Amino acid sequence: MIDLKGKLVLCLGERDGIAAPALQACVESAGAEVIYTETQCFV
Amino acid sequence: MDLEEQANIARLVESGQKDRMVAMLGMPNPASTRMVAMTLQEGDPSYAGPLAGIPLGLPVYHILEDQVRQIIDPAVYENEVGPMEFVLDGAAISKALDAGR
Amino acid sequence: MSIQGLVRPVVRSAVFSMAHLPGMVLSGSKPRREVALDGDGLQQQIVSNLRSFADAVAYPPHQVMIGNLSPEILDTIERPWHRQPVQNARSEGPGGRFIDEAALYAWMARGDSSRLLRFHESLPPEMETALEVHASGEKTQRIDKEAMANAVLRGAEPFYMGGTTDPVGVMMPAHDSDESLTAPVLLENAVAKVTGALALSDLLKESNGQPVDHLLGCGEEAVGDRYQRGGGNLAKAMGEMVPGEICGGTDVKSFCAGAIHAMILGAALIASGMHRRVVVVGGGSVPKLGMKFRGHLQAGYPILEDMVVGVAIDMTADDGVSPILRLDRSAFHRLGQGSAAHQMAEALSAGPLYAHNLKLSDVDRYAVELHNPDITEPAGSGNVPHNNYQILAAIAAKKGEIQREQMAEFAAAHGLPGFSPTQGHIASAVPYLPHAIAGLTSGTMQRVQCVAKASLFLGRMTGAGDGASLLIERNPALIH
Repeated sequence: MIDLKGKLVLCLGERDGIAAPALQACVESAGAEVIYTETQCFV
Repeated sequence: MDLEEQANIARLVESGQKDRMVAMLGMPNPASTRMVAMTLQEGDPSYAGPLAGIPLGLPVYHILEDQVRQIIDPAVYENEVGPMEFVLDGAAISKALDAGR
Repeated sequence: MSIQGLVRPVVRSAVFSMAHLPGMVLSGSKPRREVALDGDGLQQQIVSNLRSFADAVAYPPHQVMIGNLSPEILDTIERPWHRQPVQNARSEGPGGRFIDEAALYAWMARGDSSRLLRFHESLPPEMETALEVHASGEKTQRIDKEAMANAVLRGAEPFYMGGTTDPVGVMMPAHDSDESLTAPVLLENAVAKVTGALALSDLLKESNGQPVDHLLGCGEEAVGDRYQRGGGNLAKAMGEMVPGEICGGTDVKSFCAGAIHAMILGAALIASGMHRRVVVVGGGSVPKLGMKFRGHLQAGYPILEDMVVGVAIDMTADDGVSPILRLDRSAFHRLGQGSAAHQMAEALSAGPLYAHNLKLSDVDRYAVELHNPDITEPAGSGNVPHNNYQILAAIAAKKGEIQREQMAEFAAAHGLPGFSPTQGHIASAVPYLPHAIAGLTSGTMQRVQCVAKASLFLGRMTGAGDGASLLIERNPALIH
């Protein structure tokens, strides 16, 4: 099993997939620290 | 992956603590997931961006992978990802990542 | 909220100006940045993979945009659609018409109120003719090749006819050090203004002469100078290009949801009795041209993002025929409702329906972000409308309207194939309006929900999203 506790996470989301704020909320709930967020939009 | 985004990530990784860094992706399909994962691990496959020829070797996961979902608070996952789990093809996305691991 | 006692607003028509601008692909944000890094090789590669005007007209999704084909027909045409051109395709239809590069550049000359355009002293004959026809009376400023090259070195932005790398003209910067008045920004704004004005002009030509009280702009560009970067009111600049209109104007902004926000606000102005007729106008986006060109080249496609599209949407007080804009069943996304796709769908689609004892299945068709999947899929962005319909189906399943196994069936019955150029606010729900209006008047439909979403986070001021929805219903005068 992976462990994100204490990890520094880069959240790379996409508007038409899962956006970065959602990724951030998820990984923070698993004990990670988010250091970068970006949500790409291709439309 | 956007050239500017590659530059941002390159700068971030150069600033240190690379060993603690992990990328979490939210791309909508296997091909785009694989492309970003390759860029972050082996360098930009299109050789167009700042990460061309720079294998960062970052661990890369996708939010729809089972191994990721298992460690996330189920209430948060339901709220933030919810039915997208059924809308996007998580199994194919996992497979695309596994192929590069 | 009840709308009893208020004037009922209706939507009468929607018209698109489909400007085919292959030469301007080089001015798109992505190609422009990448050509600057990579140089002539990439520029040549782009230029040799552009479409002709005839190909753009015959492209099946474009025939749907202008109302000559129904969206449902696309489900029967093998993809990629550019390999299945429509025979004897017409360049105009009930939902709008095509404009070629020469005509668009001539309209830019006509709308060049600050005298910032310079044309080459020697132009192709079709460009000269277009200037004569569309911008007669305007003295275009002509310069030679050397002067043009010097202007470009000093910050002017060149524009081309498709297939060439010699500019036919340049937009000059309006100030030496004002980032809001640089030539690329001005070119973007000028094209937005002209495409919106063209749609407005066509809409007014076909209407009954009832005066327009107000224009609501719904575009995504920022018009202003260094002291008010996004000052706006491009709506009035568009209105000014259409002779005889004495109306007010206001811009409504919310990224890709601008048009639906503007329709709701315009309908409210009519319902309140303040105005009798409001037109929503939007110009197209130059920066989005060629955004996914690498995906298209890799797939062996021509560069499909070569269209800049303007729109005009006519809304009036109830005329006894046109579909009703149900303000009481509209919704704005609220802070705290969450910005994930399913949270948006819950807030914008299910929310206003369930509040009025309607189900998701009571809506005939959902007009969502109707991006053409042939444009998005080669770049790895998936099929945007398909995903939206899957989410709606998942919510219908969660609410017990359907079984989980029926999701695909629900999506097919209430969804649509994507057919819009990837022009942000233009692609969001409004391309279905000509079809929805026909279906709700002469057809058999009862309800269409327009849903648009906005990626506010792109501006880096918030992580929040936004969206709006508007239910359009058959006029009760037609129900007997």
